[in-house]
Amino acid sequence: MSEIINVQNLVKKYDNNFTAVKNLNLKIRQGEIIALLGPNGAGKTTLISTICGLSSITSGLIKVNGLDVIKDYRKTRELIGLVPQELALEPFEKVINSVKFSRRLFGKKDDNEYIEKLLSKLQLYDKKNNIIKSLSGGMKRRVMIAKALSHNPQILFLDEPTAGVDVELRKDMWSIIKELKNEGVTIILTTHYIEEAEMIADRIGIINHGELLLIEEKRELIKRMSVKTLKVKLKKTLDIIPTKLKKYNLKLIDEGKSFLYYYNTGNERTGITSLLSDMNKIGINLFDIKTEETSLEDIFVKIIKE
Amino acid sequence: MNIRGIHAIYRYEMNRSFRTLIQSLVSPVLSTILYFIVFGAAIGSRMDNISNVSYGAFIVPGLIMLTVQMQSVNNASFGIYFPKFIGTTYELLSAPLSFVEIVIGYVGAATTKAFSIGLIILCTSYLFVDLEIKYPFFMLCFLFITCMTFSLLGFIIGIVSDNFEQLNIVPMLIITPLVFLGGSFYTIDMLPPFWQNFALLNPIVYLISGFRWSFFGVGDVPIFTSIIFMLIFTSICISIIWYIFKTGYKIKT
Repeated sequence: MSEIINVQNLVKKYDNNFTAVKNLNLKIRQGEIIALLGPNGAGKTTLISTICGLSSITSGLIKVNGLDVIKDYRKTRELIGLVPQELALEPFEKVINSVKFSRRLFGKKDDNEYIEKLLSKLQLYDKKNNIIKSLSGGMKRRVMIAKALSHNPQILFLDEPTAGVDVELRKDMWSIIKELKNEGVTIILTTHYIEEAEMIADRIGIINHGELLLIEEKRELIKRMSVKTLKVKLKKTLDIIPTKLKKYNLKLIDEGKSFLYYYNTGNERTGITSLLSDMNKIGINLFDIKTEETSLEDIFVKIIKE
Repeated sequence: MNIRGIHAIYRYEMNRSFRTLIQSLVSPVLSTILYFIVFGAAIGSRMDNISNVSYGAFIVPGLIMLTVQMQSVNNASFGIYFPKFIGTTYELLSAPLSFVEIVIGYVGAATTKAFSIGLIILCTSYLFVDLEIKYPFFMLCFLFITCMTFSLLGFIIGIVSDNFEQLNIVPMLIITPLVFLGGSFYTIDMLPPFWQNFALLNPIVYLISGFRWSFFGVGDVPIFTSIIFMLIFTSICISIIWYIFKTGYKIKT
């Protein structure tokens, strides 16, 4: 996949001397879904704002499709659609007029067929003549997406698209995002919901204190970082871990009825076979075994803490 | 140039006025009619002619100026402040629009509205007084430039304001008194000598005088002074807007 966004040594410093983004480098590939995770105030929204033209850049370079976002702002902005975090809509306008207005701002001719198709896709067609004020929060969020897609952008920024929406609507949003990806749209989303990133992202970036701590393929990241836990339930209770099993760093639980063994799936050998073999040698019989996987949330918390 | 983008803003702003037609159009016209009734018919009938013009006709240019200046400022300031207030400026800033194009859209719409109201008031005045315009083309040009300049001023106020109170402070506490004291209802030479000199410090005097000259061929100050003053005022407003957009002051973070 070719690279569609290239952020080089980006620094964003506010007037009060607060540095929101510190020397950040990021490359985004065409057609991927990238989730940017980070706590509040990490710099996610500032990063998006600088790419989209809402914030000025203190230093560094941002290229979209090989073009500088400052020098060639018209060409780069034509490629981008933005759904900001806040529900910012003209309350007294009709849904269809609001979406058409957004398209016209991008210098595009009216295309009723495209707009109606878009509204249908976002389940807004029946509401097209409704005043925005009368819509529910979830519907308003869809209108924001429709506005961002009104000019048929190649890149879509979604700044916490599912914040404050119910589970059902969140799942609807995920399917919309996946559908857009299938149509070739590159999607960059920021989210607090780790589950969201886990469900839909191809790559995951973690930002904290204005720095990009990591960016990696989701599967690779989970594989690399995930520590699995093997819970072994014993037939007979143990008071202490036998000397021959000390090397496995086992942790006795349930008053000696079970122990835990931690292993990394990224390693060549997990050590499970030799553990079970050693147990057999010293006559410890197991009653049951169970494994638990580390979630992306655990990984996120671990990285942020580090 | 993103003509469709400019047109979108312009159309959007004009539609907003049509949605609030009573507030946008009927209200200023009604206020002006009341001025005509009070100052033109009731009080004006007891007043002497000024420069061979009946008092009723004399106040027409002043009333038009009074209304269009207030309307230009209010329309343009609200036009840009409201998107700031509800957070929709992100759309303008992320669209392929230059700052000049954004200004043309908003200021163009505010100018159109104020200019239309000015013409409607002019037409309405024919119902109350006999009026002859000596330099109609100049009058239209002067009216247009006044509407545009005050719309630019309103745009600046809308950008700079952080809340509705600030949005109203400049029009209410500065522009309204200046317009009322700028010779809408009298000539400067009707004032005592000290106040005549003091009145010349009021920039609105030059605008009303210039506009009145286009109607009757007479004004408080020479017409060239009015024209030069108007051009200076317009240049100052454009310079401030240029600075705002160059620095992103109160627009970009």
